[in-house]
Order: sequence, then structure tokens, then C-alpha cells
Amino acid sequence: MRGDYHGPAVRKGPSLKIHEYQAKQLMKARGISVPSGLLATTVDEAVAAVRPLIEELGNPVVVVKSQIHAGGRGKGRFIEYPDLGGVTVVLAGIDGGVEAAEEAVRELAGKMLGSTLVTIQTGPEGKQVNRLYIEQGVDIETELYLSVVLDRAVSRNVLMVSTEGGTEIEEVAEHTPEKILRATIDPAIGLANFQAADLAYGLGLEGDAFKNAISFMKALTAAAVELDTDLIEINPLVVTKAGGVMALDGKMSFDANAMFRHPHIAQMRDESEEDPAELEAAEHDLSFIKLDGSIGCMVNGAGLAMSTMDIIKYVGGEPANFLDVGGGATADKVTAAFKIITKDPRVKGIFVNIFGGIMKCDTIAIGVVEAVKEVGLQVPLVVRLEGTNVDLGKQIIDESGLNVVSASDMKDGAQKIVELTK
Amino acid sequence: MSVLVDTNTRVLVQGMGQTGRFHTDTALAYGTNMVGAVHPSKAGTIEHFEGETDHSGVQGRADTYSADLPIFRSVVEAAEATGANASVIYVPPPFAADAIMEAAAAGIKLIVCITEGIPVGDMVIAKRYLEDKNVRLVGPNCPGVITPQQCKIGIMPGYIHQPGKIGVVSRSGTLTYEAVFQLTNNGLGQTTAIGIGGDPVNGTNFVDCLDLFNQDPDTEGVIMIGEIGGTAEEEAAEWIQQYMTKPVAGFIAGTTAPAGKRMGHAGAIISGGKGTAADKIAALKKAGIVVAPTPTDMGTAMLEALG
Repeated sequence: MRGDYHGPAVRKGPSLKIHEYQAKQLMKARGISVPSGLLATTVDEAVAAVRPLIEELGNPVVVVKSQIHAGGRGKGRFIEYPDLGGVTVVLAGIDGGVEAAEEAVRELAGKMLGSTLVTIQTGPEGKQVNRLYIEQGVDIETELYLSVVLDRAVSRNVLMVSTEGGTEIEEVAEHTPEKILRATIDPAIGLANFQAADLAYGLGLEGDAFKNAISFMKALTAAAVELDTDLIEINPLVVTKAGGVMALDGKMSFDANAMFRHPHIAQMRDESEEDPAELEAAEHDLSFIKLDGSIGCMVNGAGLAMSTMDIIKYVGGEPANFLDVGGGATADKVTAAFKIITKDPRVKGIFVNIFGGIMKCDTIAIGVVEAVKEVGLQVPLVVRLEGTNVDLGKQIIDESGLNVVSASDMKDGAQKIVELTK
Repeated sequence: MSVLVDTNTRVLVQGMGQTGRFHTDTALAYGTNMVGAVHPSKAGTIEHFEGETDHSGVQGRADTYSADLPIFRSVVEAAEATGANASVIYVPPPFAADAIMEAAAAGIKLIVCITEGIPVGDMVIAKRYLEDKNVRLVGPNCPGVITPQQCKIGIMPGYIHQPGKIGVVSRSGTLTYEAVFQLTNNGLGQTTAIGIGGDPVNGTNFVDCLDLFNQDPDTEGVIMIGEIGGTAEEEAAEWIQQYMTKPVAGFIAGTTAPAGKRMGHAGAIISGGKGTAADKIAALKKAGIVVAPTPTDMGTAMLEALG
């Protein structure tokens, strides 16, 4: 299985996030217990979901859940409807039956769809809600917490559970760390039965809930490994009055580098949740992250790109982005990178910082010159070149006749671009 | 003296595709003792290399070099035929973790994995596989290891290095070049420079390298270049405080990185309030390490640490 790789493109960059309803589909397909629910992208679909959900178990309560890639939805509020939460329980069906529940959902969905939800994780600008998940209500006995994540210190996944469900786990970790129970997962064995039993016991579970929790934990840790997640977080994990153990919420994100072997998950990607500039960069295999400042950066190598941002800030500027053109970039890729940077209207100056290794300085220079010829140069440009073919690179820039300021090192370049953009 | 690699290192290449060929060629130009390659679809053939010698590498060679490397089906066969004691991996990400395990199974003692983008789950398994084997893995997602004028394994530009007394260990590629360049410009040569890679699961960490440099009689000081994410730098700081007998300078990239955003490297992410640059810098300073305030001060920070 070795040799030159001809499979699907391996997309670098951030982890792949999916919506709650998609995470629950994946769990359900693996026999992991979740409440029944239906996706709705229109008001009519939301209303139509109510009757089958209520009639399935005879529970008249449904929940309307906004689907965005951000946590804190329950406590989040809509900009357009400051009293309305991103996750709302509909109780109208208890006294009024299915029709009353349908009417309540109609009103809620009408408000939520297309409106902007602000949570602690979205930033003040919030995120538009385009999808709702209508779910059965659950008779909750207790709320627990569960997650599976890589423990870098031991290079293995760790399963963490806590009795403090429904709250921010970071707060539990800070104030009452003894309430988080952990089991390290040996990749050769998976979660052993005794480990799951220890955790279930530690959570204070008994009877059916104890047995169901063990099955749940084993199935979920197996899912984490087989689906290449970099995070599964179930908060809350609930024990029902009937002793069932069920994922009431579900957050999953995946290792983007492993998505070549999970095409069905790769398809779950919702590009409307992502920054358009970051998407465009990903198409050119560039590692790009948008930031709030005014100085655009183009750098080779992640560490150098990060420290270029740092030094811009150190000399009094604010970086507009992180951009790593990578090791073996072509002139075309450099041109694409340059275009992405210049598209941002907040960019008041550009700093190109290259230490050529495999990446040759003349390649960078040609790419920059081509880009400027194509898109023009409305803002100051400072270029610092060092490393392989540095003299050739400088010569290409000099002979291009472009208005480019040369820098002798990183700090010199950062100072010059900050000065020029004042 | 040096650590990990020297003129006795006999290097096998796993993955003689376009990338593997390119870097094998630059390694041969540098004077590295390249002995063969593993590439099943080309097994039984010979790969020819020739060109102009890189005179910044191994000294006392002719102006041109020419080499014929045999290609093998498996690491076992290659190791037996060539006596290789090190391997460098340029295998594409879906198959790279398997290549690491294959090299370890064949008894290769030093495995340097350059490949970027290996699934973390694959590395968790590979690392588990290496646990009971007496093997050193460097990387993945790293520039490699170089002992100036002796042996270059990886993708770093050779000519920026100079033989000398400083050990270099870094999570980043180009930032390592930056550090080495500054050291060289400040008259500080290097014993060995090790790129440990930017992934969350890697074979060799800061402490492993610090320990090697601490024991190397020729290394007089060490510069360590870290970045946000994880707690490897904090663990290194603790180790330095307890065991390190030589001066250490440091730099941490990512002071301005926002939380929750992965800064290019899979391992460079601040999550749950952990892994910030501020925490790491504080830990390094507490351990008596001279921390460069900006990436242009790495060379002078090393000079300051040496006193």
C-alpha cells in the first residue's frame, strides 16, 4: 500500500465540524441511543415533524433546536428576538395536544429560521440559523457529561465523564477537577469493560442505567476511533426515568487528514458555516485563518507564519490573517494566496516573509510579481526573502519595477509595514 | 560528537516518489550516506543520481557526485542488503504510519518521518506499536535531523548550518531555519538540529532531545523552539529545571494566536484555555531559560544564555 498516493485529495487544515443532527445520525447508525428527531429547513417541515415525533412514544413534548456550528445554543439569544433561546422546549402539546404543539412550533420556526443566534462561542456578530432539528422530549432523571478526546501527554484517546452535566466542562475542570473521571484508551484494546464499569460506578449509576451506561461508553469510544473524531462531546448525556442512557446533545468534529477514508462524513460539511476566504484558501491547499487586523501576511511554514503575526503585533500592528503557503508552493499558489489577502478590504498593507528551504525565493518572487500584475497593488508591500535562491528572488523583485519595500530581517519587515500603514 | 546522526549513519528512503527523489538528491549532494530505498512498485530497479556537490555539507569531496541506489520491496529486504541503520519516510499520509511500523519491525533504530497530514488515529496506533521496541522516531510532519557537515536527513536547506556547539530542537520547520541562520550569523555553529514536528502525536519530544544534548559532550548550549498547543514546553521546562546542566534559550510562537483556531500545524491549537504562549513563556522563564521576545532575537538569546 505504499508508493505515490493517487487517492482523493488530502485536505489539510482545521478539523471538520458537523451539526448536532448529523452527529446524532452517525450515533444512531451505530446503535448509540439518541432521541428521535427530524431536520427542518422550512417552517412547514418543522410543523410536519411534530406529529410523528409525538405519536411515536406518546410524549407530547418536543424541542426545537437551532443547528449552527457553535456551542452554548441553549443560553444563546437571537438578535431579532432577544427573549428567544436557540434551543426551546415546546410544552404546548401537554394540554393542547398535537395541534397546539404544531402551532407553537410554527411560530418558533418562523422566528428562528433566518434569524441570527448569538452564543458565547459565535462572537457578537452571531450566526444565521438555516436548519432546525425538531426532537422528542425526554423524561430526564439526571444529566451527565461525557467526552472522548486525544490526551497528548500519553498519545492516546481519553474518555472523560462527569456528574456535572449541562454545565461548561472547563469550569468543572477548574473548580472541581475531582468531579471529572477519566479512562485512557489503549488503541490495541479499546475501552475495557472494567474501565467502563469503573466510570459508571463513579457516576453513581445503578441497575439498568449502570448497564446501559457501560454499553453507551463502549460504543461511543469505538465510534471515536473508527470515525477518526478529534472530539466527541455529549453534554448532557442523560439518564431517563426509565433507566435509559441517551445523548441529549452531541458535538462531533473530525480529523480532516482522515476524511479520505470517510467520504460520507466529508459530505456532511456545511460550507455556509465557514469563512468564504478560508474556503477559497483550502481549495488552493493554503492554510489560512482570518483575523481582525489590517496587515496581511504571506509566509512559508506554520511556525514562521505564527511568529510573523507575533512580531507584527510586537512592533505595534495587527495581523489580518495567518497564511502558510506551505513547503512546496508553486508560483500559481503564491498568486492565489496574494489574491485572497488583497480581497480583504481591511488589509492596509502586506508583509511577505519567506525563509526558503524547499520553497525557493525566486518562486515566491515570480508568484508575487504575477499576482501584482493581475490584481494591482493598492497597498504598501514589504518583502523579506531569505534562504534558497535568495539573490535570484531579490533580483526578480527589483527588476519587476514594482513598488516593493525590501526588508533585511523579520523585525525590519514588520516595522516597515507597520510604519507604512499608519 | 553530535546526537542521533553522524558520518556512520546509513540512510534508507521509504517512498521514492517525486518528493522522496528530490530530497534524496539534495541529501546526496550534501554528502549523506544514502544506501537505498523502499518503493514496492519500483522494486528491483536502480535509481540514479548525479549532480554538483553541495560544499556546505561533508567536506573534502569532489565537485560532482554520482550514486546508484537500489530499490527494494520491503524495509526488511532493504535493511538486510544495505545495512541501513536509519530511515527517512516520504510516504504519502494515508500509508505513512504503516511505513513507520514497518521500519521499526525491520529493526531500523532511527526513523525520521517527514510526511505531513498523517491521521492522528494512525499515529496513536503507530506510537503504541513502537512502545516495546528500542526505536527512535523523529516526527512526523517535521523537517528532519541534521548534523552539519556530517549527515542531513530531511528537507532543511543544508547551507545555513555550521558545525559547532549548539543543539537545536524545534516543533516548526521554517522557524528552525530562522533560528539556525541566526545562530550561524552570530558565530554559533550547531552540533545537531532536530525538528520534532508540529503534530499532536509525535515520536520524540523536547525532553528526549534535551536529554540527548545534555549527554553529548560537544553540545554546550541548547535552543528550543516551541509553539502554542499541548504542554510539551511546560514539561520540558520542568525537566530543564531538574536535570539540565547546560544553558538553554527558547522561543515560543503563537503569542497572538486566537483560541480555538488551529495555526497550520495540527498540534498548534489553544483549546480549553490550555496551551497558550503566555503559559509556556512563563514556564520557560521560571526554569531559567532565556526567552527571545521576538523571533529575530533567537540568536542573541542563545548568546545571552551562554553568558
